[in-house]
Amino acid sequence: MAENCEIFLTRRQWLVALAKARVEELETAWGELADKPNYRLLRPAEAGLVMVRGRIGGTGKPFNVGEMTMTRAAIQLIDATGQARCTGFGHVAGRSARHAELVALFDALLQDPRRHDALATTLVAPLVARQHAAKSANAAKAMTSKVDFYTMVRGE
Amino acid sequence: MTGLAGTQRSGSADFVRLEPGFIDPVHDAQACFRMVLDAMAHPGHVALLRVSLAGLPSAPLGHASMSIALTLCDIDTPIWLDAASAEATDYLTFHCGGPFASEPDQARFAFVGNPAALPPLDMFALGSDEYPERSATLVIEVSGLVNGSGMLLRGPGIREATRLAVTGLPTRFWDERAALAELFPRGLDILFVCGDKLAALPRSTRFEF
Repeated sequence: MAENCEIFLTRRQWLVALAKARVEELETAWGELADKPNYRLLRPAEAGLVMVRGRIGGTGKPFNVGEMTMTRAAIQLIDATGQARCTGFGHVAGRSARHAELVALFDALLQDPRRHDALATTLVAPLVARQHAAKSANAAKAMTSKVDFYTMVRGE
Repeated sequence: MTGLAGTQRSGSADFVRLEPGFIDPVHDAQACFRMVLDAMAHPGHVALLRVSLAGLPSAPLGHASMSIALTLCDIDTPIWLDAASAEATDYLTFHCGGPFASEPDQARFAFVGNPAALPPLDMFALGSDEYPERSATLVIEVSGLVNGSGMLLRGPGIREATRLAVTGLPTRFWDERAALAELFPRGLDILFVCGDKLAALPRSTRFEF
């Protein structure tokens, strides 16, 4: 599937981009989609808690940072014969049921080789670019207040 | 006893073959919970489980047994499926997230699609005298459930007596169930299901032919 694509995207990459996108961006893309597929909800959107773990201690051991709200959904695309074809999953931070559903929908569509290239170009690539630019701008802003302690010698 | 061990399950579930569960998960599960509670409170009374599932795994486990599973089973309740019900494994894994017990005595919920091959009842967890609640709940798919004929049931939740006819059970079932009655408060709570019908036989219920 993915080998034939002009823009090589892993599923992980597109899921990250979709989950971090604003729900309005996805809603617009869904509204503009020419041939909308039939689909059914395999798992209607449901909100829950996940434990976020990270290596934030001095020793690098995993640490439970805290719980965060997450919403997940799963959908199946239905083909003309009424059979389920692709299954898409959406996991998003927060409580937006529609966002999780849209991520699941686009995840399923991106797994379809006939639709992948078009969606990767028109939807995911601009999302990735925008998210990357926002992250860079934020990092650049933070860098202005960075202090290098040239003269400090740690007493080791 | 050949149960459906965790090792027999496929590594990656075939998601395209999965069917959806409850249409309205929160309210359907609440409604189903209330109906199971009512059934347990009125042993032998045949009730219709009026909740809507958007999809079911292949037979033999039907509407009522899957509704009960989606309502009561989760990650803390090991499930045991008999060999005939293997088709339901992926469905229950996806919707309940539950672990599967390889042996009947490790299960909190046991689903039996083929009652003719029901393991002896004392092979399931019966709880202990200190913790009688650490026992299994059996959900048995039978071929018929009718009030007004059959077994005469007495006990808590029944005014005088009631009659329940269960078809499709092996005859040894009633002998094994009679033997369990002596272990009270240890024992098994049993739910008979047939399509969308449900009747309960809690451990406290006594019966005669």
